[in-house]
Amino acid sequence: MQFWIVQSLNSLAMGGLLFLLSAGFSLIFGLLRIPNLAHGGLFMLGAYLGATLLGGQMNFWLAALLSGVAVGLLGVVLEAVLLRRLAGNEQGQVLVTLGVSFIIADLCLMAFGGDPMPLGAPRSLRPPVFIGGFAFPGYRLVVLGCALAVAVLLWLLLERTRLGAMIRAGVDDREMARGVGIKVSRLFSAVFFLGAFLAGLGGVIGGPILSAYPGLDADMLPLALVVVILGGVGSLPGALVGSFIIGAIYNFGSALFPDFAYVVLFLPMVLVLVIKPTGLFGRVLR
Amino acid sequence: MTLTRRNVLQASAGAAALALTSNQARADEPIRIGFLTVKTGPLAAGGIQMEQGMLAYMKIKGNKLAGRDVQLIVADTGGSPQGTRTKAQELVERNKVHVLMGPVAAFEALAIGDYCEAQKMPTLGVAAAEDMTQRHSSIWFARATSSSGQCAHAIAHYAAKELGYKRMAVIGDDFAYGHEQNGAFLRVFEDNGGKVVQKLWPPLNAPDYGTYVSQVKTNIDAIFMSFAGSNGFRFAKAFNEYGLAGKIPILGGMTAMDEAILQQTGDDGLGIITASFYSPQYDNAANREFVATMQREYKIDPGYYASGPAVEAAILEAALLSVGGRIEDREALMKAVRANVVENTVRGPVRFDSHGEAIGNVYIRKMVKQGGRYINNVIKTYPDVSQFWTYPEAEFLANPVYSREYPPAKNLES
Repeated sequence: MQFWIVQSLNSLAMGGLLFLLSAGFSLIFGLLRIPNLAHGGLFMLGAYLGATLLGGQMNFWLAALLSGVAVGLLGVVLEAVLLRRLAGNEQGQVLVTLGVSFIIADLCLMAFGGDPMPLGAPRSLRPPVFIGGFAFPGYRLVVLGCALAVAVLLWLLLERTRLGAMIRAGVDDREMARGVGIKVSRLFSAVFFLGAFLAGLGGVIGGPILSAYPGLDADMLPLALVVVILGGVGSLPGALVGSFIIGAIYNFGSALFPDFAYVVLFLPMVLVLVIKPTGLFGRVLR
Repeated sequence: MTLTRRNVLQASAGAAALALTSNQARADEPIRIGFLTVKTGPLAAGGIQMEQGMLAYMKIKGNKLAGRDVQLIVADTGGSPQGTRTKAQELVERNKVHVLMGPVAAFEALAIGDYCEAQKMPTLGVAAAEDMTQRHSSIWFARATSSSGQCAHAIAHYAAKELGYKRMAVIGDDFAYGHEQNGAFLRVFEDNGGKVVQKLWPPLNAPDYGTYVSQVKTNIDAIFMSFAGSNGFRFAKAFNEYGLAGKIPILGGMTAMDEAILQQTGDDGLGIITASFYSPQYDNAANREFVATMQREYKIDPGYYASGPAVEAAILEAALLSVGGRIEDREALMKAVRANVVENTVRGPVRFDSHGEAIGNVYIRKMVKQGGRYINNVIKTYPDVSQFWTYPEAEFLANPVYSREYPPAKNLES
């Protein structure tokens, strides 16, 4: 019984972490059709910035916000300087974003060194909580809460604001959106900021669990891809549901079928691609 | 025996010759050492420390070994087998290096094994893969550090005999280095009356250890971890997150709680006991100077990665003295490497077995906080540890190499 409860909680916490990671990726992919392979790098950069700010005794949430904004601004620059020139050239976008991720990785190595940097969770959230006599790390529940809060805020933004309406219009039909007078290029900057901001924020909030270390980018990017492919490109509910499914598969898979830890992680992605290529919540993009 | 005696004689004769006729015995050109390391990508942490260790040691030596100038040519393999191969070829064929040191990881070393053999390239390795000095040893390869199992054997003995543990779990990165360490641990621990009741294999790039930590059995005496890179640090953090610190003791292999990550691990690592072929606490002149130089130049205590090249360089210098500084005589050089006993390396005395693996001290260390800094405090030294532990060499080599399934774990509980 305890096994099922603890692993369920683990799955939920991991799902929350994955949502923070993949929401921005999904957003950018959905609107701009850019498979931003630098997303893992932006996530790692957020974690490193957070670790640095926390090392200076900054408040945890402020550090998370600041790192997110910094990474978001970097995203805007990337979009304006590099990716705008490659509109429609998907191969070019893939190669450029992959190149950017390598550059970010080696710049992080130069700036922060090769040794892992810990990110301390806020002190009050550190001790384990006891649920029915067994310990579960309290901070992981906070991560879950953060993910749900971000999901609600994003939903409000996308469904209840003018910007959101424009973004949705852009996702559904880019040409038509242009046709009705939406400034798509400005919209692109805004979405890239938001996507990169979420990556940076996620890097800090996930930091106390993951730490900042060289290779974090390469460890996280495949997970973002799996979540987004499973959930459906550009779909917020898809990213949310996909995150929790992958979180559950990762935890229960590695506990119940330890020899196939990685197979069980990627198998659902393969199945979805075969059976429903648009993902669980995805629509055909025009 | 005669070989050993002759080489000892040669060593002293060589040293005397160098002292007497300094210019004659020395060739004009410097000794070129090709140094394979990783300076970019996820393996860079260890690779950069390896380079720092070498640079610090050469600084102490005034950039000379056995009286000859040394030209160090550092190549970044990028942490990939094909990169290692390309760089090794470049070093050997373009830079015409006399000897290779490195690379960092076993899969890199395995990628150049046949090439070094074909080129008859003297190679002083640090990567731990067992078979490089066992079932596939080569006269062109020697390792003055440790095989995967060499330190794991010792700490398994310590766990069973000194700590009196009876039931343990093992966890390790799911690749050869983790398999070999856990296999070695299991063999010695069970041969000394213990039982390994659980084995866990997280993927090398596991995003999170939470799911593994919550699977660890609570009715065990301790857990042994064989992690590389930053994984030990991350596992220890997750272990404490789940409130297991102080309830289940952690033991670890030689890279699980390296000096390089001690300060970052902080209180989460207190009490963890690991085994390594090296300790910054080992007290001889060479090591005191080495540790002081590392702290001055790079602000860190040397550990597994930084100390390896310092040991290899001392071995190389001793062999050079034995052959009168003639590094060009490759065969004599590699014979001298294996025949010499070098008393004063930074890890203590080192000699070699017939397969090119070092026999030397293994230190059992416990992480403590001392004067505001975290250190691995040596609590026991196993002297003259062979890669075969106490098993007869022939019997050891007749068995399969340590792996995920070998030796078979007979006491697993579901």
